[in-house]
Amino acid sequence: MFGKLRRLSLDVSKTALEESQKLPSSERRQFLRSGLFTAGGAMVGGALAGLAPGALAKSKYPPENPSWTLSLGPGVVADPYGMPSPFESEVIRRNVPWLTADKVSSISFTPLQHLKGIITPNGLFFERHHAGRPEVDPQQHRLMIHGLVERPIILSMADLQRLPSVSQINFIECPANGGMEWRGAQLNSLQFLHGMVSCAEWTGVRLSTLLQEVGMKPEGKWVLAEGADGAAMTRSIPMAKALDDVIVAYAQNGEALRREQGYPIRLVVPGWEGNTHVKWLRRLEVGDKPWMQREETSKYTDLMADGSARGFTWVMEAKSVITSPCPEMPLGQKGVYQIEGLAWSGNGKVKAVDVSVDGGMNWQQAPLREPVLSKSLTRFALEWAWDGNPALLQSRVIDETGYVQPTLHQLRKARGSNSIYHKNAIQTWKVNADGSVINVQLS
Amino acid sequence: MFSFRKCGPTLALICSAAVLMPFSQRAFAESAGYYGVGETPTEEQIAAWDIDIRPDGAGLPEGSGSVDEGMAVYETYCASCHGAFGEGMGRYPKLSGGEGTLAEDRPEKTIGSYWPYASTLWDYIHRAMPFFAPQSLTDDQVYAVTAYVLNLNYIVDGDFVANKDTLPKVEMPNSGNFVWEDPRPDIQNERCMSDCKDEEVSVADSSQGKNLTPSTTGPLDEGLIE
Repeated sequence: MFGKLRRLSLDVSKTALEESQKLPSSERRQFLRSGLFTAGGAMVGGALAGLAPGALAKSKYPPENPSWTLSLGPGVVADPYGMPSPFESEVIRRNVPWLTADKVSSISFTPLQHLKGIITPNGLFFERHHAGRPEVDPQQHRLMIHGLVERPIILSMADLQRLPSVSQINFIECPANGGMEWRGAQLNSLQFLHGMVSCAEWTGVRLSTLLQEVGMKPEGKWVLAEGADGAAMTRSIPMAKALDDVIVAYAQNGEALRREQGYPIRLVVPGWEGNTHVKWLRRLEVGDKPWMQREETSKYTDLMADGSARGFTWVMEAKSVITSPCPEMPLGQKGVYQIEGLAWSGNGKVKAVDVSVDGGMNWQQAPLREPVLSKSLTRFALEWAWDGNPALLQSRVIDETGYVQPTLHQLRKARGSNSIYHKNAIQTWKVNADGSVINVQLS
Repeated sequence: MFSFRKCGPTLALICSAAVLMPFSQRAFAESAGYYGVGETPTEEQIAAWDIDIRPDGAGLPEGSGSVDEGMAVYETYCASCHGAFGEGMGRYPKLSGGEGTLAEDRPEKTIGSYWPYASTLWDYIHRAMPFFAPQSLTDDQVYAVTAYVLNLNYIVDGDFVANKDTLPKVEMPNSGNFVWEDPRPDIQNERCMSDCKDEEVSVADSSQGKNLTPSTTGPLDEGLIE
């Protein structure tokens, strides 16, 4: 009986989805952007956006009662581990197939356009694997801490959980976030342009607690973190940061880390580039010098216009982006909208966010939504009466150090366009008269 | 059976001190191993996992390999992704070439043109290569293929033999071009609120019509769009 009801309620969206799937991808996007489906005010992210207007009217408009009002739904633990509504099935991480040679050494992007608040759901947190996602058995996994220490140790996951824990909300951003756009506008999507950033509440043991437990020798100035995956990913971290706010995390938003995020343990290095947050962590070594590993020499160094390169550029400088409207979230009819977005800084808290609707000529300060936390995503929203004319939308963050988010023009002038990493420039969205939104770069 | 009287005078002092000392004070004790968790690894256990190599050669094991020996290893395990001469295949990395391109429009960052330290090559090949079977090469094979890749980049001669003494002495062509102190913030902005631009705002580039964006709705886009 329930199966039949579920089928009924799914039929409508399924038909629309099937219809849209027959279209080539470019037309499908146009179909979804046409604004027809937002006319009812339902800016819902998932498959709902694919509902035909007629079907929508029939299924839920008064005086009709929808089937789910006239029947019973499944009981508790129908899904012992809950899943999103099937109508949200399009809210998923996506990858750019042409970006890397293979999916096992690639990246997926968080659908920022569909997220609310500042916490990224665990299943949507962006992924970066250098040798695929390993399936680590926590019973067998060990963390070894050694090097310039008085008492090297091997910890089981149970040992680790006996130690005092802390929880902190921090973003993680890949330094290549937006890196495809140094030379020009390429991708027309918030998800692909800025989706290498996510934010979660991390719980684990302070690295300082662990280092105190093993007793550091005074010559110990650096810590090498190493993963247990096939890339045996490594990064050197200076002691001052290691003792400051770094944690060995085993939980993410209240549950065990997701496998893509380093289950059973990873490093969380607040505000620093994502690859320093070594996943599937199995070894910490204290040493007197950095190790100059592949990820800190060949990769994750920033090539300047004169051919020199910057290394150890760990901090993710302040950045912001408007998440609605955006290419995936076009406008409907003219009227009042919330220009909403996310801002963050690896150097502390967001102090203010300004929004421009004329390409940076004039700015208005946008209210921030609480909570505003250090090295965390912060949400802002500014009310805007759209008159139906084309507009150039931008956001600009100022962090607590007084740093003002730069323009792409300024970044290019300072660093050229070969840098790949750390592109924290102001994003411009062009709103067309039909409400569609395009990624553009200004002169 | 335990009896307090069985504690000698010194032990009795420790017993009572341990009982009397407030927990919070003990938690901040500076001595190692306060929580006493975990087990102490043997030297053999540490050696098995301690695989990192530093530019000064710290960590390099015994063993050696020549350029000639490396050619065979390379052809078997590396050429299918990196090309017969390190020129790269598909989107797998180029290992050679690119000299003098770093300041150009399309820089080629290879081992020869970009990598600052030869030790990193040994370290990375050993820890993560071949891609499909990491940590499967012997130390001698890693030395050999390191020598071969350096030779592909004209950094060492064909008679070079890599070992823990010779490898740290190899000078990489680009080693002097790295700045290891972060010079940022390299842009200082004033926060302007109105009439912030001298010229009229215009669009210089747009993503529209470039056809590079994978699908953002429906199933995952599996194909190459380029």
